Amino acid sequence: MSQHASMREITLHVNGEARTCTVADRSNLADFLRHDLQLTGTHVGCEHGVCGACTVLVDGRSVRGCLMLAVQADGCSVETVESLAAGTQGAAGLGPLQQAFRDRHALQCGYCTPGILMSLTELLRDDPAPDEQAVRLVLSGHLCRCTGYQNIVAAALQAASKPAGDA
Amino acid sequence: MKAPPFRYHAPRTLDEALALAATLPSPRLLAGGQSLMPMLNFRLLAPEHLIDLNRVEGLAGIRDEGDAIVIGAMTRQRDIEFSPVVKARLPLLAEAIQWVGHRQTRNRGTIGGSLCHLDPSAEQPLVAMAMDATLAIAGPAGRRELPMQAFAVDLMTPALEEGEILTGIRFTPWAAGHGWAFLEFARRHGDFAIVAVAVLLELGADGTATRVSITLGGVASTAVRVVQAEAALLGTRVGPADIEAAAACCGQVDALGDPQVPAWYRQRVARTLCARALPAALARAHAAGHDGMKR
Amino acid sequence: MDTIVPSGQVVEPATAASADDYTARRMFGTRAPRIEDPALLRGEGRYLDDIRMPDPLHAAFLRSPHAHARVVRIDLAAARALPGVVAVFDADAIARELTSLRMPLGFPSATLQKDITPWVLSCTEVAFVGEAMVMVVAQSRAIAEDALALIEVDFEPLPVVHDCHQALDDAAPVVRSDAASNIAERLQVGFGEVDAAFAAAPHVFTESLFVHRGAAHPMEGRGVLARYDAVEDAITIWTSTQMAHEVMHSIAAMLGMDQHNVRVVAPDVGGGFGCKYLTYPEEVAIPAVARCLGRPVKWVEDRAEHFVSAIHERDQYWDVDIAVDARGTILGVRGRLLHDQGAYTPQGINLPYNAATSVTGPYRVPAYRMDVIICQTNKTPVIPVRGAGYPQAAFVMERMLDRVARELAIDRAELRARNLIPVEKMPYDKGLTNRAGVRSIVDSGDYARTQAEALARIDYAGFPARQREARARGRYLGLGLANAVKATSRGPFESAVIRVSPQGRIDLYTGALAMGQGLATALAQIAAEQLDVPLDMIHVTCGDTGRVSLGMGGFASRQTVMAGSSVHLAAVEVRNKALRVGEQLLGVPLEGLRLRDGRVEVVSAPGRFVTIGDIARKLKGAPGYSLPPGITPGLEATGLFQTNSQAHANACHACEVEVDPGTGAVRLLRYVAVHDSGRLVNPTMAEGQIHGGVVHGIGNALFEKMGYDDEAQPVTGTFADYLLPTSTEVPDIEVVFIETASPTNPIGVKGIGEAGTIPVAPAIVSAIENALSPWNVHLAEAPVSPVRLLELIDASAAA
Repeated sequence: MSQHASMREITLHVNGEARTCTVADRSNLADFLRHDLQLTGTHVGCEHGVCGACTVLVDGRSVRGCLMLAVQADGCSVETVESLAAGTQGAAGLGPLQQAFRDRHALQCGYCTPGILMSLTELLRDDPAPDEQAVRLVLSGHLCRCTGYQNIVAAALQAASKPAGDA
Repeated sequence: MKAPPFRYHAPRTLDEALALAATLPSPRLLAGGQSLMPMLNFRLLAPEHLIDLNRVEGLAGIRDEGDAIVIGAMTRQRDIEFSPVVKARLPLLAEAIQWVGHRQTRNRGTIGGSLCHLDPSAEQPLVAMAMDATLAIAGPAGRRELPMQAFAVDLMTPALEEGEILTGIRFTPWAAGHGWAFLEFARRHGDFAIVAVAVLLELGADGTATRVSITLGGVASTAVRVVQAEAALLGTRVGPADIEAAAACCGQVDALGDPQVPAWYRQRVARTLCARALPAALARAHAAGHDGMKR
Repeated sequence: MDTIVPSGQVVEPATAASADDYTARRMFGTRAPRIEDPALLRGEGRYLDDIRMPDPLHAAFLRSPHAHARVVRIDLAAARALPGVVAVFDADAIARELTSLRMPLGFPSATLQKDITPWVLSCTEVAFVGEAMVMVVAQSRAIAEDALALIEVDFEPLPVVHDCHQALDDAAPVVRSDAASNIAERLQVGFGEVDAAFAAAPHVFTESLFVHRGAAHPMEGRGVLARYDAVEDAITIWTSTQMAHEVMHSIAAMLGMDQHNVRVVAPDVGGGFGCKYLTYPEEVAIPAVARCLGRPVKWVEDRAEHFVSAIHERDQYWDVDIAVDARGTILGVRGRLLHDQGAYTPQGINLPYNAATSVTGPYRVPAYRMDVIICQTNKTPVIPVRGAGYPQAAFVMERMLDRVARELAIDRAELRARNLIPVEKMPYDKGLTNRAGVRSIVDSGDYARTQAEALARIDYAGFPARQREARARGRYLGLGLANAVKATSRGPFESAVIRVSPQGRIDLYTGALAMGQGLATALAQIAAEQLDVPLDMIHVTCGDTGRVSLGMGGFASRQTVMAGSSVHLAAVEVRNKALRVGEQLLGVPLEGLRLRDGRVEVVSAPGRFVTIGDIARKLKGAPGYSLPPGITPGLEATGLFQTNSQAHANACHACEVEVDPGTGAVRLLRYVAVHDSGRLVNPTMAEGQIHGGVVHGIGNALFEKMGYDDEAQPVTGTFADYLLPTSTEVPDIEVVFIETASPTNPIGVKGIGEAGTIPVAPAIVSAIENALSPWNVHLAEAPVSPVRLLELIDASAAA
């Protein structure tokens, strides 16, 4: 077993910014974002691909950050929760989906929230007017111990009801 | 937990991938990673080399060849889910794919990865078995094809030799207007099935079953065709008694048991699901026949 | 939609000044958006593993793969030699850094078996799968884990105690070689003439019940980061805990440091649900090693570790008799509880004690006796999870009542109504004492009204028709209901400090601890109600022992009551002081002043004012100058609300389910939760607590099973087989509040965090049994799986 793990250089776009980094082959994307890029908004809840806390968008698609190697993101565009308030103003600046989460009390401890926001961001881009079942199906890929999910569903539907382009 | 150390390789061509697979010690192929990555993170596996197939050209895509639909092994489940070709020609697969994990795993997971992992509860091997799919395999000794029956050797054991790579899956669509149904029972949406059943049905002009496929997942060590159940329906008008007879056959398949889910339970649910899937498939076949007459 | 049904007495906030033309800003009771949210939603939360610390070392623990074994040999040489490894500690090595290798007992007990707490590291004998044995410190977590794989251990497996019943067997092995027996403690609780009640009873029914409650599983596991400062001989520990102050005291004692040199800070905590209300071995080991190495050390628990090393709640077996008269009036309840404590007792016996003392719940029971046997098994230790024994007790009582209803052919709701404590009997003496040694008095609540509201919401009267109609279509619907009461707001006190700076900033510090409930918002609302400022002017810091010297933390649904009352007391004091200073500075009598938006202003001339910052500057003192006459220094106040009595929150849940007799699947169609948690500080957050609590209960009723085999090997170690409910399995929870102000505290509130969970399993199981009444299936356990339901249907059909 080679103890000093194999490393390689990768270049990717993270939240619209080009980044070139040297990463360990074995580092997963979530750990890379958190510890190498200090984007700690993406959380790690199980490291076996069930809880969904580490969900980020890779080339626009929601993926488990713990089930993808950082080296596999070479050349990709990655979006994390830190991108969602871009263009908003002030200390309480929130994007429309984030605002809907606040309005509908869709988070409690907040640990699972960033991953859920990313999955719902993908959903609302693909389908600006999803019904409750569509929201629940996407949400079923996430575990939340605090909310019982219903306020998250309500928040997603509220964000979806905003005029197109707002969400 | 963190994955153990390994060296990562990202070949661009199949030949490159085959060469790496043939020469590296203790290699492991990485497809969508939705099963392999958890095993690495749990340190259940410690490969010295990981060969990533995600950048290999030509392994992904859905091709309509007329009499067959060929799906590249590295085609992501999401792309199958949203494929108009699959929806039109392989409705059973289009339905079953929605039961595979969650949106977030289907965005990465591949059909080839699932077939090679060969979990007994997985939906894609079940559909491949139900449709007698043919698997294209490339290896150091050249290329070969295998029917799914021969590919699925045993529990999580595909018929792949060292250095071989699954490249594609050939599905032959059933006749237009065939009936189909896919039902699954799991504790939660997106979990691996405790039992899943896939039914395909063609009716003759007189309404009798001329071709039947009944396949169970989650029950035995691999997906299994229930030939007795199929025989019970062939040539019948698929009435309630015929359905009951076929369902009874499904309830007698040799089943795996564990402390959480005993064998008798899998058999019972297999029977229940078969009894529900057959009327659904029949209704689709009748509806298609009806439409056909109107046309 | 959820509605608020106000009732009862409303406690008005203290007002030192009022004017007809001015309506004070009301913050208490409003649906204010949470002040915590913007940072959390932008990914700017700071959970344990998000803290930026330059070059920390990373720890990983070797954990026992055996349920019980003697350790013959450990070889650490290869692990130590691995490049990147900084240090490896076994029990002997860590013992040199500590005053004791054995953890302190969380709650004092004179009667508990001695030497029963876990080890910081255990290297001679291991007693459960997951027990920490060796700690590796390395440059990265991955390297630390690489090193774990290089540690060679020779184990000699020892016989295993895998279950409570087996533990009691005379021939059973002993759970640990230092344990006197497998029984950690026996106790009896009760009141009244039990034997006489049963001897004279027209009907006695007996049930054997099994209640299992998995584990807490917050989405953030545990985690500890420690940094030692050699110059000051001081250490700071960040830990994902529900009790910063107790962790601080434990670490100070274990590291032999003075408490003023130990600071414990809880960062954002990603959920607790009980499992973080404990000082764990890792919370001692990490600071000990950080001090030893002189470098920051971090350990972040992963989910695989959490499954076996964070506490569970797990198994209880209850054998219970109920005595009733012909009308179903309860005459007495008696029985025996076997409680699975696991391999060690880190906290005490509070969980089985709670369970045994809360069985009678919202009902009048004249005679009660429960014999409790606390069994040790070779499994992960147990302390309370959300609900803390009350869910098991409610399950037992409600199952007994369903049995009585069936046997005597009395409607389930009617039977309950006959036995509920009537509102005119409030406050009601339960006949028991709580662990503070005071009588357990139910302070307030209208239980009959709560149940009536639930029945109305679920359309109880219309259900038989719905059930008949469904059965005609081959579908099996069932309705279930259950009542519960939770003694919340455990004392003895909580702390709150409100401090106004010369810049006008208002800081609120408390020893209470936020695990996601919205505590900062709730406390800010309570303070803002008195100080009449917008919420965003109040900066709340929870769980930092460097900011406030005393604190108890987050457990037992206590913080809104205890910390809320302390905040109220402090805020009233700050308010009154500001007005008295304003009186002197503005030369206007108190009656002519009001506090608004951080100013003391003249009611008749609002342009004349002094800001609270000005007042704070005045009260910080200037060298040699006097303060205003009769005024003490500083615009700040400390509230230490102290009580041994408890505010009792109550609930009635009713639900409708469909059971598929072909698969045993249970689908929840509707779920109604009617709650009385006293006055609500923030109804939206209160509803959120009920939503989450109910879904936790749904997990306990239908999904969550921390399984072990007969060798006490865990069989559920991932989220793929330990099933937490997901969005596709749960219905919307229809929440209704009745607000009866509690007389136990100055703000009339009752706790809420656990109340939602308690009646869920009995309500759902009652509904399932009701749906399966054609088969006469009887359910005496939770959770119930589809496999189990088919098994019971088959058994009933065969009988």
